[in-house]
Amino acid sequence: MPWIDACATDDIDEEDLIRFDHEDRTFAIYHSPDGDYFCTDGLCTHEHVHLEDGLVMEYEIECPKHNATFDYRTGEAKRAPACVNLNTYKTKVEGGRVLIEV
Amino acid sequence: MAKRDYSLLGPNARHAVETGLAAAEWYHTDIPRAQMKELMKRSDQPAIRDTILLFASMIGLAGIGIAFWSSWWSAPFWLAYGVLYGSAMDSRWHECSHGTAFKTRHYNDWLYQIASFCMVRNPVSWRWSHARHHTDTIIVGRDPEIVAMRPPALFRIAVNFLGIFDAYDGWKRMLYNASGRIHPEEADYIPEQEQPKVIRVARIWVAIYAATIALALAMGSILPLMVIGLPRLYGAWHHVLTGVMQHAGLADNVTDHRLNSRTVYINPVSRFIYWNMNYHVEHHMFPMVPYHRLPDLHAAIKHDLPAANTSMWQAYREILPILRRQLAYEDVFLKRDLPPTAKPYREDFHAAALGAAAE
Ligand code: FES
Repeated sequence: MPWIDACATDDIDEEDLIRFDHEDRTFAIYHSPDGDYFCTDGLCTHEHVHLEDGLVMEYEIECPKHNATFDYRTGEAKRAPACVNLNTYKTKVEGGRVLIEV
Repeated sequence: MAKRDYSLLGPNARHAVETGLAAAEWYHTDIPRAQMKELMKRSDQPAIRDTILLFASMIGLAGIGIAFWSSWWSAPFWLAYGVLYGSAMDSRWHECSHGTAFKTRHYNDWLYQIASFCMVRNPVSWRWSHARHHTDTIIVGRDPEIVAMRPPALFRIAVNFLGIFDAYDGWKRMLYNASGRIHPEEADYIPEQEQPKVIRVARIWVAIYAATIALALAMGSILPLMVIGLPRLYGAWHHVLTGVMQHAGLADNVTDHRLNSRTVYINPVSRFIYWNMNYHVEHHMFPMVPYHRLPDLHAAIKHDLPAANTSMWQAYREILPILRRQLAYEDVFLKRDLPPTAKPYREDFHAAALGAAAE
């Protein structure tokens, strides 16, 4: 699968996320408290609201609509009303850029 | 508009899905991400303080009520205990269902379980029903939590100040679920894998009520039920008083919380009981902001909202005439003006739903 250049490392604050759209898909890219980058699908698995306005707390993302939470490292749904895990994608950092494999 | 059908399985429900009104994109006031992140930040401290105060007050008041039982001197203590059990628990149930009251998830979950029991709302089913209320706020046929339907069932609302219908429905549903069944309307919004949990909780509750009733029979006194069960009735009035204000008399079938929700300034005791849910437009627009930051959120976005009602009294003076008019003509509702600093309502988008505003 191809690596896509998604954003600069400093586009995302620590413990935060941004939205990244590519072709007809949308993703969420996270900057964890210890400086790592992660990528998941952008839409919550509950009612498909985008996670971009959600709250990152340590390694979890809370959906802005009904407060479902996911572990963004594994995509695991941790709190109702989401029951289905998020897809996750590999990331790597090269020359100050975050790349995702999609 | 033809007669409203509030059933979740009826024609209005289908119509809302077909027209894209269900699960639609809602209006949000613009607020910089950094500021929003700061407002959404979780903390345990305010809710721990409030919860200690709540439980200490409940234990103290029930203790004095028991000590003075069965003299009339116990009455004021029961009334106060009842409001904490039958009304403050409503707002605790609500805030903890969002998971925003505490930073620590277990604390939210514990308080949520206790509050759900007090309010006789199955903690599993109601989490889903409340999610639906947020997706489809006051969308006819989609929102399972509409208090003042049109035409308004004024008798039902009035009787509910004593919790009668709500508690009766809750207990009836508890017994239904405890018998191993899920109601078809519940099945519409509770995922299948969650449904066994609904039944398990209902059975635990039945056991608690059975023990309480057995104790009352053994003692030959209703005293145990004054502590568990009955306060859901005699203490319900405050949560109904505040709950009716949230949306009554405003628009339905719109996708802008400024049109269908109401923010009201209320006294500090009621704010403690209601956990700041009087900032209701703010809560619906940004449900991730914890209750203790809602006054700050209000300050940040009030330029974009209709003016808040200045008191409960003033809010009811606005609501009651509209409800009375809805008895004769159910399409009537109140459309409040926005300040000049606000982004206008999307009239084109809402024209069909808005129809004839009262003012
Ligand atoms: S859409 Fe994400 S929790 Fe409901």
